[in-house]
Amino acid sequence: MFSGIMVNAWIVATMVAVVAGVVGFFTVLRGSAFVAHAVPQAGFAGAAGASLIGVNTLAGLGTFAVISALSIGFLGKRGRHDAVTALTLVFMLGLGALFLSWSEEYASAIYALLFGEVLGVSTNQVLATAVLGVVCILAVVTLYRPLLLTSVIPEVAEARGVRTQRMEMCFLVVVALVTTMSVPVVGALLMFSLMIGAPGAARSFTGNPLGALSLSVVLSVTIVWVAIAASYETDWPVGFFVGVLGAVFFIAGRAWAVWHRSGGVRQPGARYAPEKSVHLATAGGTNREPT
Amino acid sequence: MLKAIFEPGLFASEPVRVAVVVGGAVALVSAVVGVFTVIRGQSFAGHSLGDLGTTGGSGAFLVGANPLWGFVSFAILGAGAMELFGGRRPRARDMATGIVLGAGLGIAALFLYLGTTERNTTGATITILFGSMFVIRASMIPVFALLSVLALAIVALCYRPLLLSAVSQDVASARGVPVRTVGVLYLLAMAVAVSLSCVTIGAILSTAVLIGPAAAALRLTKRPGLAIFWAAVIGLAVTWIGIVLAYDSYYWPPAGRGWPVSFFVVALVLAVYLLADFASRHRARRAGARALASSEGPTAVAGRPRGPESTVLGAG
Repeated sequence: MFSGIMVNAWIVATMVAVVAGVVGFFTVLRGSAFVAHAVPQAGFAGAAGASLIGVNTLAGLGTFAVISALSIGFLGKRGRHDAVTALTLVFMLGLGALFLSWSEEYASAIYALLFGEVLGVSTNQVLATAVLGVVCILAVVTLYRPLLLTSVIPEVAEARGVRTQRMEMCFLVVVALVTTMSVPVVGALLMFSLMIGAPGAARSFTGNPLGALSLSVVLSVTIVWVAIAASYETDWPVGFFVGVLGAVFFIAGRAWAVWHRSGGVRQPGARYAPEKSVHLATAGGTNREPT
Repeated sequence: MLKAIFEPGLFASEPVRVAVVVGGAVALVSAVVGVFTVIRGQSFAGHSLGDLGTTGGSGAFLVGANPLWGFVSFAILGAGAMELFGGRRPRARDMATGIVLGAGLGIAALFLYLGTTERNTTGATITILFGSMFVIRASMIPVFALLSVLALAIVALCYRPLLLSAVSQDVASARGVPVRTVGVLYLLAMAVAVSLSCVTIGAILSTAVLIGPAAAALRLTKRPGLAIFWAAVIGLAVTWIGIVLAYDSYYWPPAGRGWPVSFFVVALVLAVYLLADFASRHRARRAGARALASSEGPTAVAGRPRGPESTVLGAG
């Protein structure tokens, strides 16, 4: 399990998991799960196009990921963010379908790009993933405070002179970078599950941003390691284990939060949700969630 | 001229006729349901239900059942799970949708893996993911019609409460609207509509006809009734034009075996949305200029009073 080609798989998957845990934390905080789903799939269309004209697929993937992220940000300024994301996603997928219909042998290639082939990673891919991963982490560390502020209380961020729209664009570009880094090795679908499952669960366990961020990374790495080991033993796809484990952790987090709240302790997620507490205060508690 | 647009044999071909009828019906239902999806900000859920339906489709393929029931049952199950985990806040709903979608995609990966290793075909993966309008069987049409009517009936029954709870959940519940029940019913209608369109035209086009025409229509008008009408017209138009173009493209370069219908439809949908967006921006600028020119006092700029509905729709 730890020899030859598997070593590369473990290294690459760990790097992807760390970055997914960090960026995913902000994705969940900002409610940008749809973007995290759409951008990797758009990148997949770029890879299909690049392989059609004989260019490096990583370049095609990155280009399409950045283009789609920027167009989501640009069009989302005016329209409904989620509707614009959906439109960008389907257009890119349609373009991908067109590219695939032009190329000769596509069935296995598309399968690999969507579901990934972490068990067959080359040393060159490990290097590319490492470089892109470091860039992503550096970007998040640099933007940490304004990004957190615009994610949690955009009005206050705006008042303090942080440009919300510019932060959104920066964040979208980071998502595109993560996509470029991870989709060739783990696939678009797995990447999405990683970016949502672990951070979603982590947020239920602690209200402290740094604590949740660290927990998110720990959970993400755990999910990936267990998934690879299980996949190695059973021969079932890694994506299956990642998706299901993410959901299991999330449900566990929710159960923990509910149990904690019923014990009379302040809800851990409350610090992230000022809009909720304001909401409850102004409306006199009439709109409490049905229990 | 006409011959250049409609390749000879277009209307004589049985698959094309079925595609025009079924594709049109599916686009119509999706566009009407989609107006509420866009107003309520549930595009992500709408798209995810399509992917979950795909999971069900691959499961049905695995056990050799009729794919339609796989699509419908998994979409409804997924809608239930989203409702269970999602709260009322948009971000909580967003995350619950993401978790359900992630688990669904993982299960789809397993189903497809088992299906392709046991049956030794990868073609099925592609058909399930991208769909093909030219493989619909005429014998399925009655079932489709029944389910379409079900989805439309739910939307028609909940028309007022749906709009009201989209504008403000607090106002709606204060007026005695069972907000949660209405939300669940709407998710059910969306699950049925999306799984129908998914099984016939594929996951990509399903989202395209659900969101695209509705988003464009809501750019053109702020009145919900009119928006439904425009969404239906746009949905029908892009689907039919897409089918005609795909049929025409049979001899087009480079491969000489036809471009996919999905590409034409999504390109048309995006073009219509961008045009509508441009038109609404242009109109807003002109209205602004007119108000500025004729403004003697601040009252002239304020214009006619807007109800809560138009305010929310205006954000779309």
